[in-house]
Amino acid sequence: MNQLVVKGASLPGGETADLLVEDGLIREVGKVDAPKARVIEAGGLVALPGLVDLHTHLREPGREDAETVLTGSQAAAVGGYTAVFAMANTDPVTDTAEAAERILDLGRMAGLVDVHPIGAVTRGLAGEELAELGLMARSRARVRVFSDDGRCVSDARVMRRALEYVRTFGGVISQHAQDPDLAGPTACCHEGELSGRLGLPGWPGVAEEVIVARDVMLARHTGSRVHVAHVSTAGSVEVIRWAKAQGIDVTAEVTPHHLLLTTDLLSGYDPTFKVNPPLRPDEDVEVLREALADGTIDAVATDHAPHARHDKEHAFADAAFGMLGLETALPVVSTVMVATGRMSWADVARVMSTAPARIAGLAQEGSQGRPLEPGEPANLTLVDPAGELTVDRDASVSLSRNNPWHGRRLTGTVHATLLRGVPTVLEGKLQ
Amino acid sequence: MKHLLSIDDLGVDDIHTIFETAAEMHDVQHRSVKKLPALRGRTVINMFFEDSTRTRSSFEIAGKWLSADVINISGKGSSASKGESLRDTVLTVCAMGVDGLVIRHPASGAARQVSEWVDAVVVNAGDGMHEHPTQALLDAYTLQRRLGSLEGRHVAIVGDLTHSRVFRSNVKCLAKLGAEVTVVAPPTLMPAGVEAWSSAAGFATSYDVDEVLPKADAVMMLRVQRERMSGGYFPSPREYTVGYGLTRERLAMLQPEAPICHPGPMNRGLEIAPEAADAAASVVLDQVSAGVAVRMSVLYHLLAGEESA
Repeated sequence: MNQLVVKGASLPGGETADLLVEDGLIREVGKVDAPKARVIEAGGLVALPGLVDLHTHLREPGREDAETVLTGSQAAAVGGYTAVFAMANTDPVTDTAEAAERILDLGRMAGLVDVHPIGAVTRGLAGEELAELGLMARSRARVRVFSDDGRCVSDARVMRRALEYVRTFGGVISQHAQDPDLAGPTACCHEGELSGRLGLPGWPGVAEEVIVARDVMLARHTGSRVHVAHVSTAGSVEVIRWAKAQGIDVTAEVTPHHLLLTTDLLSGYDPTFKVNPPLRPDEDVEVLREALADGTIDAVATDHAPHARHDKEHAFADAAFGMLGLETALPVVSTVMVATGRMSWADVARVMSTAPARIAGLAQEGSQGRPLEPGEPANLTLVDPAGELTVDRDASVSLSRNNPWHGRRLTGTVHATLLRGVPTVLEGKLQ
Repeated sequence: MKHLLSIDDLGVDDIHTIFETAAEMHDVQHRSVKKLPALRGRTVINMFFEDSTRTRSSFEIAGKWLSADVINISGKGSSASKGESLRDTVLTVCAMGVDGLVIRHPASGAARQVSEWVDAVVVNAGDGMHEHPTQALLDAYTLQRRLGSLEGRHVAIVGDLTHSRVFRSNVKCLAKLGAEVTVVAPPTLMPAGVEAWSSAAGFATSYDVDEVLPKADAVMMLRVQRERMSGGYFPSPREYTVGYGLTRERLAMLQPEAPICHPGPMNRGLEIAPEAADAAASVVLDQVSAGVAVRMSVLYHLLAGEESA
């Protein structure tokens, strides 16, 4: 009998308990007496349901020099994740059932987190014809989340049809909200005082907000579900709050970097901080924190975007967009939201596990984002809330080094991760 | 000062020192033998990733008159499109043994990034829409020769501000020298967030060129790029000229002695009427000759002080 006891952990609600894990399931929660079981001492640690990332770029196939499904899974496990959703903008694009199944299989071979492929909304991410959404949904990969991330589904007619179509199988469109016509193709940062001074072409916040506004109206019209990826502006939050009050079926995510990093980091033209959507000013960041705490924003998603070093060593305007996020997401959320008293660990469980699992349909099928109760799968993340971390980009298990957190001191670290009862990470180290 | 990347790198004293040396260099231009030995044995590479005739030749002449070995390298477009990173491109060039790297690049911030990668002295010869510090220095130098001290003098800068590195360097340089600057553009060509920025940086903004020009002690007209005209920034070239051009009529509104500057190349008939370009008060050609003197001065101060190889 393969038994394991997590001893003396704080549950998200605050009570202390032992968790008996057997055959991949939680068997008992409370005072456990199992003398032959392997023990993980969890005194002082917080047990969360395994983290779920709705927004990960694993780069395989196509850019295996930047990340692979295996190395990305390793980074995810170290970050406390038990499930990740792999974005479709690989090469080739994940826009067929076969491509989706390939990602699923690579994830299973890696075996560290559940890797769920996200399907492209449009063929080749071109924004014109719908990809084979239904075939991807019926495939072994059972795709439920669709996104052209990296690009906005900007054609209103295509977006309307996609929303209508995925309704039949409970799918959701995750929109990269950004009007491509409003700023032009050279935009590379937030448009504002700093971009004016630096001479960098930018996206104004309104380029995001007009698409969020349009999409919630399309969701209302179609009765479908829309998810707003990486919300970055106060105006988007306002629109989402309004839409939810109307009963429109909209959910939203925010990245760790938009919760902490601000546009003034661009003053040295360091492409490490070049990301899409761009880092915004303090005022937006503050509103995003509030919106995450009050539930207007449902989830934290990393937008983990590894890049080979040479793709970042260009002039700022020419460098690749994106930054690493999987390994630091929990420490950032802990530092920004928990250590400051804005959120409890129960809130963290909600925004990093339960809500994303529900948005993607995993909670409903019982696999992820479940409560820590007997009979539930033993997907667990043990967090040391007092753990101190000074981020070292060279200590990362990701293949890439575009780490915007390098040198930062964060509070709250991932001690262990269990995927269906099997430790993938113990004492912060991959198993 | 190790590099010249931005006017921010210079204090007021540095600017005056550059001008004093430039004045001496200016005299060299009128000699029959124009060579000084100051940079003999030093190598300067002009690395231009963007088309340029006047700035590149100005730097080339400046380096040659100081006896440096000057080599021009031009690359069209971004290095990204060739599959080589900018870092690899400049490290490759510098590995040949380079003392000074004069760099022009279509992307803002490129000169600064390059300065962090290489050991050579880097001079920014224009980075995207960000800065063009030697242009601002030569503009201020030219104005100072005409007007004397710029302290309290009013300078109007008119044109496409959004896309102009000349404007961005000039407002900094003129502010350091005590000038009062008003920048004028249609709202679509005003940089993002200029309200907050201008009040912090000490310049004023206006949409009304007719209100600003009569009060100006000097006027700087900026080039309107042909490619902007179809970009929806303004309805037509004709409308731009009527709204913001230095027309014959507006020439009459200027104080008679007020110098007229233009960094070139000029679109005659668009942002500047021929009568203004060729007026007695026009300093357009003085700017060009001052450009060589100021660049000689900059290269001298950055490179001559260094220990010879």
